[in-house]
Amino acid sequence: MTDDLSWTGARSPARSMGMEQRPTANLADLLERILDKGIVIVGDIRVNLLDIELLTIKLRLLVASVDRAKEMGIDWWEHDPSLSSRARRQADEGAPDAELDRQRQVLKENERLRERIAALEAAHRDDPAETTGGKKTTGKGGDRQ
Amino acid sequence: MTGAAYDTAAAAGTAVYLYAVSRDLDPAAVPAAPGVGRAPVRAVTAGGLTALVSTVREADYGEEALRANLEDLAFLEATARAHHDVVDQVARAAPTAPVRIATLYRDDDRVARLLTERHDAFARALDRITGRSEWGVKAYAYPEAMAAAPTGADPAGPAGRDAGSPAGGSGAGAAYLRNRQAQRRRREEAGRRVTAQAQAIHAELAELAVAARQHPPQDPKLSGHDGTQILNVAYLLDDDRVEGFLAAVKDLDGRLPGIGAEVTGPWPPYSFIDTGDAAAGERR
Repeated sequence: MTDDLSWTGARSPARSMGMEQRPTANLADLLERILDKGIVIVGDIRVNLLDIELLTIKLRLLVASVDRAKEMGIDWWEHDPSLSSRARRQADEGAPDAELDRQRQVLKENERLRERIAALEAAHRDDPAETTGGKKTTGKGGDRQ
Repeated sequence: MTGAAYDTAAAAGTAVYLYAVSRDLDPAAVPAAPGVGRAPVRAVTAGGLTALVSTVREADYGEEALRANLEDLAFLEATARAHHDVVDQVARAAPTAPVRIATLYRDDDRVARLLTERHDAFARALDRITGRSEWGVKAYAYPEAMAAAPTGADPAGPAGRDAGSPAGGSGAGAAYLRNRQAQRRRREEAGRRVTAQAQAIHAELAELAVAARQHPPQDPKLSGHDGTQILNVAYLLDDDRVEGFLAAVKDLDGRLPGIGAEVTGPWPPYSFIDTGDAAAGERR
């Protein structure tokens, strides 16, 4: 079909492929399917941690790409309830627009503050006195400048 | 190869790992290759359903151990791959509903009871995916698609940094900011353009599918791809639509300048199992 390696075995309908050599799945493809999909049953060993600790791994896996995509304005998945708990909550409860606006404003403000910090750092790069210690602003934004 | 063959009562310090639930599975199709922790895979059958399970050590898969182990990417990968290998082989032989990773029972009898008690929910999940398979499509924008600004390129342009333009301050910091903003506008514009293309690709492919589920774009470190991922969607296809679908992806790949499309599959129907349904009845 093509020399592109990513066309892994895609040659014939699924049911006829049993005898072919199976390709090794890309880890990212695999984890995004396996970590939080499949039938959820509460087993005898209560691994509720799937909702909590695995999330940190998912974040580690996803955050870099999400940040990058957002920078480019690609963020449609944030509004997809199957992908975003925030979108899901809003779909479920119909979050008031005011709340949405507030969240957007806070995010925008955070971004502005981050840029200012970056600019200040750039302007005072030789000044060893004070550093802001990274770009992440953990406050709600607007608390100090 | 049924649950009774395995003496669970005597197996202190072990648990039963459940991979998937299958219907009409030929006993010969139970994977010969080992599952998680290199343990052999066996079938537990009840009420016309077959659960694929293997015995694991509680030292590895007990609650405390899992808490730590699943945070370890190497352990997680080994478990995920072993889990997938079992599910994948079974899914190629019979309709199969994958169970979420790290679902553990005390013994085979408990699994058999699950099959009986949750029979209808499993049957509904299996009905949905019988005769179908999951295929993944990812689309990438290559640098030429991301960089080229066809119209109204930013007037400040690359000179913005040194221009000292009158709007809003003249310091180095202000110039830096303006430059950053111009960059961001160009990126956003390119982003909007490729997003529109991604949505057009998705619309075309969704026509051929029974269902679709979007995944967030992947980190390039994991995808091992140098293009910018603009689309990452799983499609559930009827088996007789697969060939047409693959041809459509290939056509898109060749037709759109600066955009590449690739397909993976067939996958077990991981993305098309209704997770809410089975959980609701089980939670106490």
